Amino acid sequence: MEYFTLFMGAVIVNNFVLTRFLGLCIFFGVSKSLDASIGMGMAVASILTASSALAWAAYNFVLVPFDLKFLTLPVFVILIAGFVQFLEIVIKRFAPALYNMWGIYLVLIATNCVVLGVPLINVESNFTFIKSIVNAFGSGVGFALAIVLMASLREKLQYADVPKSLQGLGIAFIIAGMLALSFLGFSGMIPM
Amino acid sequence: MEKAVLIITVLTGVGILFGFILAYANKKFALEVNPLIHIVEDVLPKGQCGACGYAGCMAYAEAVVLNADVPPTLCIPGKEPVAKAVGELTGKVAAAMEPRIAQVKCAGSNEKAVSAYAYQGISDCVAANLLFGGQKLCKYGCLGLGTCVKRCPFGALTMSDAGLPVVDAVKCTGCGVCQGVCPKGVITMAPLDAHVRVNCNSKDKGPVARKACTTACIACTLCLKECSYGAIKMENNLAVVDAKICAEQCSEAKCLTKCPTKAIRPAIKGVVPGTEDKSPCSVCTQEKVQVPDQNVLTQ
Repeated sequence: MEYFTLFMGAVIVNNFVLTRFLGLCIFFGVSKSLDASIGMGMAVASILTASSALAWAAYNFVLVPFDLKFLTLPVFVILIAGFVQFLEIVIKRFAPALYNMWGIYLVLIATNCVVLGVPLINVESNFTFIKSIVNAFGSGVGFALAIVLMASLREKLQYADVPKSLQGLGIAFIIAGMLALSFLGFSGMIPM
Repeated sequence: MEKAVLIITVLTGVGILFGFILAYANKKFALEVNPLIHIVEDVLPKGQCGACGYAGCMAYAEAVVLNADVPPTLCIPGKEPVAKAVGELTGKVAAAMEPRIAQVKCAGSNEKAVSAYAYQGISDCVAANLLFGGQKLCKYGCLGLGTCVKRCPFGALTMSDAGLPVVDAVKCTGCGVCQGVCPKGVITMAPLDAHVRVNCNSKDKGPVARKACTTACIACTLCLKECSYGAIKMENNLAVVDAKICAEQCSEAKCLTKCPTKAIRPAIKGVVPGTEDKSPCSVCTQEKVQVPDQNVLTQ
């Protein structure tokens, strides 16, 4: 039950995009079509989970024992960027189909703030290994949910009569604000 | 001090570690790329203009080698020699290509076209076009701020003192980038063979067009009556020349003498592919090419 609340909390209540405003660049950049946003959402969710596990291990087995906690941020940056690059090379070699679907998004994720923010929050909250994985996966699913919602709305908007000055990114910002407002309704239901 | 040394050591260590891991992974999991892709890419002009519809020359080379449905003729700047070479390399049949050249359909230089207001914003046609369609009274003409000149991947456009882009017939490959960036749609890709071109884009009625510009096409239809081959038509108050009929049947171009506003002008003679004294890649040879005077249209 504890894990379930943690998961749901990460997906909906403390949604990273819509209540903490992390990862907004890909949120706006890749939400123009539903297909691309599903690919991006899945890529973010899996990278988040994997890099959180890695970051947890690095923090608890290297940074804490050697009293290097103050280096958490730069070490995580290198760790995640390096890991994503490594993953890209491996996927390119062993799963070309997956690479064609994900390839471009993987590189975009490499230094994204969500992917860095979640492991940092995990270690700051002193989560156990399983807890941090659950939290990271939940955050990834939350991101996927937000970007898929946004992409569906933006696809619908193509047929709407938007005032000329608001077309494109302008109306996208307004929609994102409204989505964030509606997610505000969940706030406080599960404390982080 | 100790801490600084520690930080530098740890971060350098982590960096080097990841560097080695990535380098090893790159070697170990290296993907075999079809070597033909690189050979085809070497043949392409490498202007990265995107006229083929792909993200760049590399992307097109990849597509044309790996996908049987992609024709070898898509590279417009390369014209026929490149199409033939790509066709031979990939074993595809290159259909005949019609060479094209950029044509600026406006002769309204600063003296000839009347200004509506003095534009003092940033020097970019797209920006100027946002302000009531630009600073010229004629809403169809060239704004003369050189967006096309800046964007031409082959350096074939220059801005004349009169405020109109000049097409260098030797350097122009007909890739169509300028056509896409011009907010007025004043640049078109014209076939090489016509004798005459209409250097006006104004769809206004005669008196309105004449008031805005002394060299506008006023749709008087004199050229149309003079042309005994029916190569000229009037569309939206603008004379349109059928290049095929003009090139194949007409030899003396009487319409040139009749046009009262000189909106019809002799065509810039483009360079027929294969006869130019340069390699298909004009980017790297730009500096060396001597431009023959008669090939340049001076407004």
